[in-house]
Amino acid sequence: MPYQVGLLAVGNRLLPPEQRTAQADALRANAITSGHRACQGCGEALGARYALDAAVRATSGRLIAANATGCLEVFSTPYPESAWRVPWLHSLFGNAPAIATGMAAAMKAKGREDVRVVGQGGDGGTVDIGFACLSGMFERNDDVLYICYDNEGYMNTGVQRSGATPPAARTATTEAVGEAPGNVFGQGKSAPLIALAHEIPYVATATIADLRDLEAKVERAMAVRGARYLHVLVTCPLGWGSAACDSVGIARLATQTGLFPVWEGRDGDVTAVAKIRRPEPVEAYLRPQKRFRHLFVPERRDDIIARVQARADRNIERFGLL
Amino acid sequence: MKPFAITLNVGSSLANKTGSWRTERPVYVRNVAPCGAACPAGEDPQAWLYHAEEGDYEAAWRTIMDVNPFPAVIGRVCYHPCETACNRVQVDEAVGINAVERFLGDEAIKRGWTFPASAPASGKRVLIVGAGPSGLAAAYHLARLGHQVEIRDSGSAAGGMMRWGIPRYRLPREILDAEVQRILDLGVTLRLNEQVDDLEAAMEGFDAAFVAVGAHLGKRAYIPAGSAARMLDAVSLLHDMEDGEPPLLGRRVAVYGGGNTALDAARTAKRLGAEESVVVYRRTRDRMPAHDSELQEALAEGVLVKWLSTIQHADEGRLVLEKMELDEHGFPQPTGELEELEADSLVLALGQEADLGLLERLDGVEIDDGVVSIGRDLMTGRPGVFAGGDIVPAERTVTTAIGHGRQAALNIDAYLRGTVLAAPGEAAAAEFDALKPWYYDDAPRGVQPELERARRESTFDEVVGGLDESTALFEARRCLSCGSCFACDNCYGVCPDNAVIKLEPGGAYAYAFDLDYCKGCGLCMQECPCGAIEMVPEPI
Repeated sequence: MPYQVGLLAVGNRLLPPEQRTAQADALRANAITSGHRACQGCGEALGARYALDAAVRATSGRLIAANATGCLEVFSTPYPESAWRVPWLHSLFGNAPAIATGMAAAMKAKGREDVRVVGQGGDGGTVDIGFACLSGMFERNDDVLYICYDNEGYMNTGVQRSGATPPAARTATTEAVGEAPGNVFGQGKSAPLIALAHEIPYVATATIADLRDLEAKVERAMAVRGARYLHVLVTCPLGWGSAACDSVGIARLATQTGLFPVWEGRDGDVTAVAKIRRPEPVEAYLRPQKRFRHLFVPERRDDIIARVQARADRNIERFGLL
Repeated sequence: MKPFAITLNVGSSLANKTGSWRTERPVYVRNVAPCGAACPAGEDPQAWLYHAEEGDYEAAWRTIMDVNPFPAVIGRVCYHPCETACNRVQVDEAVGINAVERFLGDEAIKRGWTFPASAPASGKRVLIVGAGPSGLAAAYHLARLGHQVEIRDSGSAAGGMMRWGIPRYRLPREILDAEVQRILDLGVTLRLNEQVDDLEAAMEGFDAAFVAVGAHLGKRAYIPAGSAARMLDAVSLLHDMEDGEPPLLGRRVAVYGGGNTALDAARTAKRLGAEESVVVYRRTRDRMPAHDSELQEALAEGVLVKWLSTIQHADEGRLVLEKMELDEHGFPQPTGELEELEADSLVLALGQEADLGLLERLDGVEIDDGVVSIGRDLMTGRPGVFAGGDIVPAERTVTTAIGHGRQAALNIDAYLRGTVLAAPGEAAAAEFDALKPWYYDDAPRGVQPELERARRESTFDEVVGGLDESTALFEARRCLSCGSCFACDNCYGVCPDNAVIKLEPGGAYAYAFDLDYCKGCGLCMQECPCGAIEMVPEPI
């Protein structure tokens, strides 16, 4: 029976407590608490709290986190302050998966395998710089959930292109100039699909626009042992040039256009996809973001918009999103 | 203990009050939902649906009763402008507000919910003339405000047009009786068969009076008729159905007019055994004053309509009709083309007028075009005499009358206490554009059962059925709660800065903003499903 907002909003006073989200709980973990220095409307701060609060709930609080260098680390721990309310370790830009592996090994050596390990980082630290460590963690099937908060670029250092930056997006290193402005088509990679190819026990994608889906995936990931990977799309108002208040809405459009497919896989196969509920053309997603402004002014670039649409259509077909 | 090689003590980010970044701050608001703005009785359906959503039907019913003492009646006879205004129309279909209200009203009767008279006795006495919806609603509110109330009515039972004008198949009398009795149980005196001809004299011993005698006289139109033609007016027909012998109408009945009363008369004729019941109306369907739901029910019962027709002449057994056509202003103009319609009787339903004789001798009372002039406070030109319902300029519906009754009661109360009624607050409207339709579940409207046609043609059983508990709950939960927080936790969840605080249930709001840390990003406002958060500039 539909309950007004059903399962679409964060909470719902009409639902029994056991069906409510971790975020709806007045006593939620708040793994990353107030006073952090993330920008207004930061999707990564939100995504990290969503994911870690769910992990804390799933492990009854027995959780430690390793963190790669990046926005998430910089804005949460300006010396000597910390916004983290879980045991948390920062090392280098490129070695968070290896650090997490070490933590898990240490817990095993101490006979404390009830304490679970999460590694986390941005797309720069995960998709590019830390990728060798990540692949090693996967192929050894180390007992770690690695979460990538993907804001599609190196935002902390001034918005440079990463391997997760989408085609046509303007960054400081892919300026909107010339015949093919912005990031080039045909480069970059899908870290979640590469993770899936390692045939690890659990791989999933999620966004900050669907809290229940994200929480359920963290929950399922924590229910299994071995290497697990969660790739969360998080809006970056600064790097994407979107309004701070639109962070959740932009992430929602990424899913509803098909540009960011939300799926889940086990042992090498995609096992579930989140269907598109309110289909939108890619233009609805591109328009509110200044990083795609050159597709509309000074003249409209229908050719490029069509190529972006073709990418979305390929996702829709490939993952069966409709 | 200080960690190794660290010169400063470890601290929490809570030391960093990010509230100083803000240029705009979020505030919780309570905007007026379109259903409430549209309700002639002054109800706020969003407010009582909130309780019904939780299954707390008694709290929902009490919220209605604070404004309207007739939920079970109104849940049947109201033409629900709330549903026409409902924002959910733009998502799928309007919320079935009227059906839920009926369920709550019926539930109250079934369970015998009552309430104690609240205010202490004022010692003031108020005379109400007319025991229709307006007079009874006024009596109810005045009694609850502590005044002593006496109602006088010329009829043999209370209810006014709810009894003498609305047929039983739309409003079963036991429902009406139950809701009237609940008002009388507050200590209201009801004197029936008591015609008031001279209000000045009748007001002896009263501190104020409310006149709501209704419009019970059928308007006549001059129709040349043979001596044997049988003509009667719809108001008398409907009245006789309740009080005395149902008139003999014959096998073929024509009804002249296009309002709700015309359709009620035609449907009644069908139930009295007429094989043909034909409504003759001079304009087209889209210009008909009758409400579409009533027209549809009438057509479903086999009532026929002659559109664009006037009656030229009436004779025994037959009418002569003239075809009309609409001119460019939408007015019907005769074409000269005539046709015949066989009819054993002709029922005139051309509108009603009020008998305002009782006011004639009152100084200061102005009557203009058959209705009483009143101020915003519903007071006539004579201090202490108020008027409402069908005798003042307004839409003539039960719902409007109930609204007048309440407004009159509040103004009479202020008048008697020598206070000034606070002007209604100017809350902003909750527009559809401020809502986030994404967050609402797909939920098509529930359908109320209807009596099968055979029984509708032969009996006066109620046509439209009620909802049961589960369907009423479903319908209530379709409410979008436009402009008012319904505790969905979205703001609490989507804040990247944990700057929304959950409050204990039962307060004015479910949340508060922690302005020490709120950076003013506006995500809460943007993701609030019901538009209950607005951003305002930070005070400098």
